[in-house]
Amino acid sequence: MTLDCRGRRCPLPILDLARHIGDVAVGETITVEADDPAARPDIAAWCRMRGHENVGESRAADGTPTYIVRRLH
Amino acid sequence: MVSNSRRYLDAASATPLHPVARQALLAALEDGWADPGRLYGAGRRAGLLLDAARESTAECLGARPDEVSFTANGTQALHAAALGTLAAGRGTPFVHTAVEHSALLHVAEAYDGPTVSVGVDTLGRVDVEAFVAAARNCAAAAVQAANHEVGTTQPVDAIASELPGVPLIVDATQTLGHADLPGGWSVLAGDAHTWGGPSGVGVLAIRTGTRWRSPYPADDREAGRIPGTPNVAAIVAAAASLRAACVAQATEAARLSALIDRVRRTVATTVPDVEVLGDPVGRLPHIVTFSCLYVDGEALLTALDKRGFAVSSGSSCTSSTLQPSHVLVAMGALTSGNVRVSLHHATTEAEVDDFLSVLPGVVAEVRDELGAAGL
Repeated sequence: MTLDCRGRRCPLPILDLARHIGDVAVGETITVEADDPAARPDIAAWCRMRGHENVGESRAADGTPTYIVRRLH
Repeated sequence: MVSNSRRYLDAASATPLHPVARQALLAALEDGWADPGRLYGAGRRAGLLLDAARESTAECLGARPDEVSFTANGTQALHAAALGTLAAGRGTPFVHTAVEHSALLHVAEAYDGPTVSVGVDTLGRVDVEAFVAAARNCAAAAVQAANHEVGTTQPVDAIASELPGVPLIVDATQTLGHADLPGGWSVLAGDAHTWGGPSGVGVLAIRTGTRWRSPYPADDREAGRIPGTPNVAAIVAAAASLRAACVAQATEAARLSALIDRVRRTVATTVPDVEVLGDPVGRLPHIVTFSCLYVDGEALLTALDKRGFAVSSGSSCTSSTLQPSHVLVAMGALTSGNVRVSLHHATTEAEVDDFLSVLPGVVAEVRDELGAAGL
């Protein structure tokens, strides 16, 4: 599952992530496309606080940073 | 206490004028308005006031009067500290911690040589070994005495003792007047409006023997270090309030530190999904920062302002560049819903308790607006 959070400012990307983490099965990943500079630290912090795995970061075709999160519970 | 400083909890940005500073300022405006460099009576009187302010400030810093210059503000002091040290440096990198004040980082950006930014741990503290390894052969090294956003102190003494001969720039902006200065600095910068002095006065201290060259066109003021006629009245007020702050430092630090402990403890238990940041022990007595999950920092500041509380935030939505605080990012901390509370000489226990009693409701209200309840 991919969430398009382009143009959404902090803390909206992590709210989107929190709303949709339940849509993927435990062990599956969800990808967040977010151009807000606060998304990187905040997604990492959200994973730590909520006990999910911050798998890593890549880029979408248009250059937007994408963050991959694995649901752990 | 002046009424407009009520519920003002942003001392790290600017502190309300200390009563001693106000008194000194008014007296010096009467007596110290002339050019202190002139030889007639009025000039000599201004010069004597400036000399006395320098001596008093030097004593508070543990420095010699001829090592101390006054600047237009803390940013200029920090710029001059770094630019002058780099101008006299020997071509090798400029090494600094990742959590230095943006004024210092902007000097690094403008520097035409290589720079090294040394990271910090989750408390905001730089590792002595990592910093020393990076700074062994450098033009200049910069380590702040304590962080301006989270209050964590840096191991300046340990770093200095491992780096003999390396010019060490220490930003003491939030430490001066609040806590003991570390030893081992070569060049030190401070700002009067963080200790209860007026805005518009900075302090630059350069240890005798340090390689430092003024980055400005030649000027004979302030021993050739800072150009232009100094603001004598404001400097007198700054020096008087620094002395008052240093005399009261031990008791004020204990009082404010206990209030900060209360904030740290209470926020962690009364606000759900909050991270209280920085070192709970090795920290400045008057600063604390916390971040709230699913909270818009700007909305939180606005909601607190409506209730009369002034605090600051490192959240990206509160910055003009829409970038989150580089300090919080370097620590790997949550940047959303960030609040910095910083206390001062006029802060009362009741104000802190009022803040703590309204905060949980305000956070809940801001979360509800975002539809974040239950997430």
